[in-house]
Amino acid sequence: MSTPMLEITGVSKAFGGVIANEDISINVPEGSITGLIGPNGSGKTTLFNSVVGYHPIDAGTIKFEGQEISKLRVPEIARLGMLRTFQQTRIYGEMDCVKNMLISMPHRDESLMNIFTNFPPEATEKAESLLEFVGLFSKRYLLAGELSFGQQKLLEFAMALMNEPKILLLDEPTAGINPTLINGIIDRLKRANEQLGITLFVIEHNMRVIMNLAEHIYCLAHGQLLADGPPEELQDNQLVIDAYLGAH
Amino acid sequence: MNNSMIKYGLIGIAGILAPIVFANFQVQLGFLWLMILFALTWDTQGGQMGYNSFGNILFFGLGMYVCAMVQVGLVYDVGVYTAAAGLDSGKLNGEQYLTGLALGMGAAAVVGVAVAALIGSGILGLRGHYFAIGTLGLGIAFGEIFAGWDYVGAGSGLAPPPFPDELDFLGGRNLFFYYIFFALAVIAFFTLKKIYASRFGLALNAIRDDEDKAEAMGLRTVRIKTISWCVSAFFLALAGGPLGMLVGFIDPRETAFAGVTFGIWMVLMAILGGKGTIWGPVIGAAIFHVTQEFFWSFLLGWQRVAMGVLIVVIVVFFPRGIMGWLRDTWPDRFGEKVDESVPQEGAAQ
Repeated sequence: MSTPMLEITGVSKAFGGVIANEDISINVPEGSITGLIGPNGSGKTTLFNSVVGYHPIDAGTIKFEGQEISKLRVPEIARLGMLRTFQQTRIYGEMDCVKNMLISMPHRDESLMNIFTNFPPEATEKAESLLEFVGLFSKRYLLAGELSFGQQKLLEFAMALMNEPKILLLDEPTAGINPTLINGIIDRLKRANEQLGITLFVIEHNMRVIMNLAEHIYCLAHGQLLADGPPEELQDNQLVIDAYLGAH
Repeated sequence: MNNSMIKYGLIGIAGILAPIVFANFQVQLGFLWLMILFALTWDTQGGQMGYNSFGNILFFGLGMYVCAMVQVGLVYDVGVYTAAAGLDSGKLNGEQYLTGLALGMGAAAVVGVAVAALIGSGILGLRGHYFAIGTLGLGIAFGEIFAGWDYVGAGSGLAPPPFPDELDFLGGRNLFFYYIFFALAVIAFFTLKKIYASRFGLALNAIRDDEDKAEAMGLRTVRIKTISWCVSAFFLALAGGPLGMLVGFIDPRETAFAGVTFGIWMVLMAILGGKGTIWGPVIGAAIFHVTQEFFWSFLLGWQRVAMGVLIVVIVVFFPRGIMGWLRDTWPDRFGEKVDESVPQEGAAQ
């Protein structure tokens, strides 16, 4: 475990009287796959939204590669190299897959002049090889909106990779996908982590998936950090079991 | 010579010859190119970017006033000129007229782009219906401002200097302005075609399909939206001046900031032809303009009713416009097809 790529310290967020996140501290080390689990409504997606700048936080600090980012806005954070995918998959439905990929190129070095230039051939090559990586190459000229839900998830993942992020925040990458395809997704997530060196921070409900994938897991319940540890340890943690099954 | 070059060549030749062959229709043909320009520039926001603007007309009106003011202002005092409306004092010689027109159009373009950048960075933060209503208000507000400004003739309007007789060797006022509109429409078409194929064009489409996603992917959405409005404003402002001079009288609400006619037509034409395509607005504008002239000639008194029926039929039967309908019917002709040469991978079914 090296330096933390993402360091969340004491983050709280309330919507009116509803406390969504309370004093949460999480470290995501560089190059790791870190999991975030918790029952419905426990504040996982709120935490993601806070991290990527979707809404301001009430207290705490969020550091990305040592830089404080809790005051930055969504596109600025994205350009630093932290991307998120959405629970409700979001792609550009009226554009074909290749165009979806091309516009996902990194925007870090974009200037006023070069936005009017065409895409370099390397960009198209890269887009196509990534589409091949997720198994959508043959469908590359179909409108993204016509793909099945599972295929859209894969496309969204490929778009995130196209953006060359340093860290990828995945919100339920396997929700609503058939079991066969889930294995394919786990495999590709692992390959992205190992071969492309992208740090992953994953929200997941499917225990089989997250136990397989993550090296370290944090568990939220009622907006608070309940427990954390390696998968095997967390599996036997009575607090976690109670949170999921409802203990009194 | 490939197909598209032949197509462009034929349209170009037709565009050059049409006003000579149909000399009685020079004004209507000039308006046709203006309508195409309207639809094309509206589609940059409404179709490509998904922002339904009802205020693009403001750049047109602004351009018209700025151009006329510069042209008049180079020779006379604008306030005195407008106060003496109707007198025969406002004649310009050929050189003054052309210099004024050129400088006026340049100034109009600069002002139009500046206003788009200034207002755009604010109002483009609104989305959906809020943006539509906001821009509708902007268009009306500008009309009212000019209708209340005595220096430019207020509500009684401004009559640009008449086309000088000594310039008749150019073919007369109608032919002269016909070619200006023709050139503007052609330049706008190729400029937009070029930028729609660039990163900028895809960014516009991304904003249309899911702006939150585009932001989450790091796109500079505010900058892109503002530039897009500036591009439209540039062409609209350029076209404003020549139209004021062709018509010969600038009424603030009826000619310049004509929201209920030009302002609505540009939306209808783009929707009719197919939003979000390059040819859609061109086809839509051509059909709309020809149909409208036809209705005015043969159904006078009922022309607005006929136009209304046409619009209803289009919206009901071709909700995505002509190009949209073609695309839905033959998607593979537009390249939307599965690549059969690649073995299907089982994982991604």
